[in-house]
Amino acid sequence: MSRTYLGMPAFPRAAAESTRDGTLRANLRHATHTIRAKRAAAVAELEDWERLRAAGAAVKDRTLHHLDHYLPLLEENVTRAGGTVHWAADADEANRIVTDLVRATGEREVVKVKSMVTQETGLNAALEEAGIRAYETDLAELIVQLGDDLPSHILVPAIHRGRREIRDVFRDRMADWGRPAPEGLTDRPADLAEAARLHLREKFLRCKVGISGANFMVAETGTLVVVESEGNGRMCLTLPETLISVVGIEKTVPTWRDLEIYLQLLPRSSTAERMNPYTSMWTGTTDEDGPRDFHLVLLDNGRTDTLADEVGRQALRCIRCSACLNVCPVYERAGGHAYGSPYPGPIGAILTPQLRGLASPLEESLPFASSLCGACYEVCPVAIDIPEVLVHLRERVVEGGPVTVGGNRTVIRPAKRHALERAAMRAAGWAFDHPAALRRAQRLAARTRRVHPRRLPGPGRAWSDTRELPEVPEESFRDWWARTRGERP
Amino acid sequence: MRVGLFVTCVNDTLRPSTGRAVVTLLERLGVRVDFPTAQSCCGQPLYNTGYRHGAEPLLLRTAAAFADHEYVVTPSASCAAMVRDAYPRIAARAAAEGRPGEAARLRAAAERLVPRTYELTEFLVDVLGVVDVGARFPHTVTYHPTCHGLRALGLRDRPRRLLEHVEGLELRELEGADECCGFGGTFAVKNAAVSAAMGADKARAITRTGAAAVCAADNSCLLHIGGTLAREDSPVRTLHLAEILACTDGVVP
Repeated sequence: MSRTYLGMPAFPRAAAESTRDGTLRANLRHATHTIRAKRAAAVAELEDWERLRAAGAAVKDRTLHHLDHYLPLLEENVTRAGGTVHWAADADEANRIVTDLVRATGEREVVKVKSMVTQETGLNAALEEAGIRAYETDLAELIVQLGDDLPSHILVPAIHRGRREIRDVFRDRMADWGRPAPEGLTDRPADLAEAARLHLREKFLRCKVGISGANFMVAETGTLVVVESEGNGRMCLTLPETLISVVGIEKTVPTWRDLEIYLQLLPRSSTAERMNPYTSMWTGTTDEDGPRDFHLVLLDNGRTDTLADEVGRQALRCIRCSACLNVCPVYERAGGHAYGSPYPGPIGAILTPQLRGLASPLEESLPFASSLCGACYEVCPVAIDIPEVLVHLRERVVEGGPVTVGGNRTVIRPAKRHALERAAMRAAGWAFDHPAALRRAQRLAARTRRVHPRRLPGPGRAWSDTRELPEVPEESFRDWWARTRGERP
Repeated sequence: MRVGLFVTCVNDTLRPSTGRAVVTLLERLGVRVDFPTAQSCCGQPLYNTGYRHGAEPLLLRTAAAFADHEYVVTPSASCAAMVRDAYPRIAARAAAEGRPGEAARLRAAAERLVPRTYELTEFLVDVLGVVDVGARFPHTVTYHPTCHGLRALGLRDRPRRLLEHVEGLELRELEGADECCGFGGTFAVKNAAVSAAMGADKARAITRTGAAAVCAADNSCLLHIGGTLAREDSPVRTLHLAEILACTDGVVP
């Protein structure tokens, strides 16, 4: 049974546990710091990076604003080129459409290109229920699937695994899914890659149905684009007879000209490469070449609702490069699973609560899973101001306010568990707006400073368990000023 | 030149020595310093935790308190960033919410305050045009650039240039300097485990420099870093940059 993200605990609890995992922390630290430095070097090569970045944001914003124009245009052009377009309002509908399409072929197995959006909809589990086996063919997704695990990174889903663990997973599980691992498999990367290659090859050659996502959809011609590093995508996109692509509606760009921007921004930001090894583009179907049937499933699943939020909508610009994960100090310690979604890290902290709504304590906790250090915004190739959106979503959690759910504008109430904090914030706000009261509180704290405890009880323990409390000075600055400058307090 | 010192609530309450150091430093450089007592908190703790509406009266209060000052100087990068980035945003959000009256007042207040507000090192380097403030501090020091100073304000090498001109000071490089210390306001208690892990890594890097002190342009980060260092019995002490720059006899007041 494929694991799902259902019923995951709120971020602080999951993160408290994963932060204690020394191996995980060491793996993540090594991986993210390596790619961090490489990305910086790849980006520094381009003199016009800031202008590219601004263009990347502007084209996405404009396209998102006019999706009502570009999506029908895309549909028209995909259809004209021999494809069939399906519209899915939510994850269940998308999974149903895909399941029915696979059933109609009479096939019981499919090969998959790495796809975030089918992780989002939980497609593999839905197919499994319908008796259809989905084979992940991206190396890291294969590791995750064989290990009955969940992805923890957008680009490198098995980033939390060391090579010895991967060797064990291959050795113990490959036989359950097809060709077993070679005898005496070592943990050398080349040997592991060769084992995966042999295991996957027979699936590429056998499977008649391929399932993919897409990085971009070009409205003017109905062309889909997949960028990848391993070539497994190219196999899945060209060898099967039927190709089904599930794509979020925000992946649309108007013209080929616009691709120029993103095909520079994406590889440098994600793998720190000037250009990714494989860029596959296809427009509908072509006689005697590639799949004979092509289906495009356009997925909404909360995107239109997100688009209605004027601060939060910038999250839809995301091109899934994962640069924000690689620089995030919180992601580096907590790991991807703590975010309870296929979208971990800073982008996940603003995407998940918007796509799913503030549906459970997990979604409510995600906007707070950041120290607001701003490193994510700095590296984002489409200039998503993630800290701004985080603060905005925090407000929706603690104060409630207007949101759009299923296309309907509604007002949500403040989350219950923040009642104590709300009272404390109100009191602090009042004291700060009444400096006389603030001064009285400061003097009281100064008079009692000798008896202040070193460790706090209750919620204060969260501070004093690992940090000394600051000593309260004998005299506040305010009182010092009044005393030495002779002004009346 | 009349400067209003925006000391900030954290410094006022917990680190008055930093406020006193700013006064000493600026007066030594010939600046007339004023402390309007109507000031309190910029509203950052409320705003960053999601209580934007609670921050509105503090925006108006801060702007009113410094209405008559040519310059507003604060020894806190994050409070300066709050004024510069969040104040205009708070006004814009009020307008978007259909509250034109409040929005107009907030916008007017923000527009008056923002262009006059300077973080201390910006004021020293950009307005006064000094990098040698006549300080003497014969100790080894490392510098933590804090996220708001580094990324929100873009202080770049201003603090470093000031430190490099301090007589006798030996600056030690901090590994991973641009990484967050893990404070993050209410993040420090809401996600205590991750915050503590970040703090421990930062504290370890600081201790490894072998410096006698770590300095920064923001005391809120230093409370977290200092609390972590102290709990780990590290010999390194925390100092606000202003306290070093104010020092002429080599002894921190």
